[in-house]
Amino acid sequence: MRHAVSLRIGPIGFRIGSDWRAPIDQLRSLYRDYPQPYDEVADYTVRLFARRRWRRWIRPSVEIGGDYMLPEAAPLPLRQGLLAAEMAMNLQMALGARRYLLLHASAVERDGRAVLMTGISGAGKSTLATLLAARGWRFMGDEFALLDPQTGLVHAFPRLISLKNEAIAAAQAAWPTARMGPLLASTPKGDIRHMVPDARAIAAMDVPATPALLLFPRYGFAAAVRSVPPAEAFVRMTQASTNYVALGEPGFAALTGLIAGIPSIAIDYPDSDSAVAQVEALCAAR
Amino acid sequence: MTDPVTRTPASARFLARALADPSIVTRLDPAGWSAVLTMARAEQLIGTLATRLDGLPMPGAVAAILADARAAAEQGRRAALWEAEMARRALAPLGCPVVVLKGTAFVAAGLMAGQGRSIGDLDILVPRGALDAAETALLAAGWEWVKPDPYDDAYYRRWMHELPPLIHRERDRMIDVHHSILPLTARITPDPVALIADSVPLGNGLSVLSPNGMIVHAAAHLFADGDLAGGLRNLWDVRCLIAEFGTQGLADDADRHGLRIEVERAVRLVECLFGERPATGIDRLFVRRMTARDGWGRPTRPATRLAFYIRSHWLRMPPAMLARHLWAKWRKARARV
Repeated sequence: MRHAVSLRIGPIGFRIGSDWRAPIDQLRSLYRDYPQPYDEVADYTVRLFARRRWRRWIRPSVEIGGDYMLPEAAPLPLRQGLLAAEMAMNLQMALGARRYLLLHASAVERDGRAVLMTGISGAGKSTLATLLAARGWRFMGDEFALLDPQTGLVHAFPRLISLKNEAIAAAQAAWPTARMGPLLASTPKGDIRHMVPDARAIAAMDVPATPALLLFPRYGFAAAVRSVPPAEAFVRMTQASTNYVALGEPGFAALTGLIAGIPSIAIDYPDSDSAVAQVEALCAAR
Repeated sequence: MTDPVTRTPASARFLARALADPSIVTRLDPAGWSAVLTMARAEQLIGTLATRLDGLPMPGAVAAILADARAAAEQGRRAALWEAEMARRALAPLGCPVVVLKGTAFVAAGLMAGQGRSIGDLDILVPRGALDAAETALLAAGWEWVKPDPYDDAYYRRWMHELPPLIHRERDRMIDVHHSILPLTARITPDPVALIADSVPLGNGLSVLSPNGMIVHAAAHLFADGDLAGGLRNLWDVRCLIAEFGTQGLADDADRHGLRIEVERAVRLVECLFGERPATGIDRLFVRRMTARDGWGRPTRPATRLAFYIRSHWLRMPPAMLARHLWAKWRKARARV
């Protein structure tokens, strides 16, 4: 394609092509410290393209495509091209990944042990991971944790942190020096701004971790901690995995192994500070 | 970071060659590998390619991607066979032959064409007289309609060679129940009774078409129906069937179904795309259409694609009927806006 860039996030290589220069320039800048795909061959190809040639220039509209596509994926205006690229990369993972069981969760690591935080959009996955990273944890990712069915280890996928609405200010307060992408106002998901993970997260992204704790955080409630029974945790994680069904038996074995091996805990929290305190207390108690 | 410059291979022609002669991939550079993998995914041939290239020297990243593709194809095979078994259980009380078609048939019969093949919907063929009973049995067993649109529903029932597609409400898998292999509106009228009579029982309550029947069906699907989307994969099926079973009696079987021209074209194009035969005359257009894919996985040659798209409608129904059909579709599209 006319404009292109290749990069690697954790173990996953991407080749991103675009009909426009702007999204590629933004990716190139924000992912400048990331390595190339292994052997220079990307796992997935992403395409940002105009459905009709004239839509490159007149009301430019970015279609999301690649190796794996969703027919109903709506195009985005060119000023949200970076978001289109991130969505397209996530889509390749969600639909194409077979090497790892994809858990829709953020993850942080300390002493080789990973805390996985899962929940619906708005539960605070990204914010919590960012705040914990500011307190000395290693950031492993805010969207997907990659569970290796063969080893039971979790691999990092530290893509750009996708901050939404109020989370933008909270994350910036925690990491005032972090590099930020442009503010993407009024996207389908509200205001979005991307934050580059800290240097340590990028430098250590090839180092997997042993899962230690599975958390189900929920924002907007009085502080509470509840143990989640294994059956409930299992069912919730099947719903939080985009490729659980596609993996078949290895996916079942990996997920039941994960749930059986570590505690699953639901935490309700009224504000970020209490959530961080709750997570650290749970980890200290173990 | 560097920009990947991916100018070669320029079309899916290389992908076809690599399937037939895997050794040619050893000369690919990283950009070439990216192009081939992307084209193979776009043509739904990544699992087939992975099976064909297994064991050849290649970069580690490519080996890992192809190992994933083989695992995915194996899981796809397992799921397809399970879906066929589910249909068998639902249809067993009817006591009629249930012939599985296409990808599911290839893996059910353990054929070369099934190795690494991607399998989508379950396609089955039943005698036309059993169609109503099959529909009732499937609905009772958890399948439901995909298209609730009354025009589409009526069109399928009156003119198509299959029931409107059904989807299973729990397993989320589609089934196409055929009573023939071409629409009733097409000029060519194959003989489904003969196809079922020649079919081969697998011993598990399901049957598959005879090898020649499979080739005739693939050729009908490729050249007498549709716009050749996914054509490379379907032609690879034909290539594998011929390699495994030869072409003895194929011309006579093609004649029985009025598909002589289509079957001969399939055999010729197999030799063009997967062999050394140069394409001549109109065959060149077919080759052009079937390899219209670039190293970014994009469809190319829009004029050729459009021509085959128009041809597909032309083949499918007489002109006056086509006009009525397009008019109904256009009005519906406008009503939606």
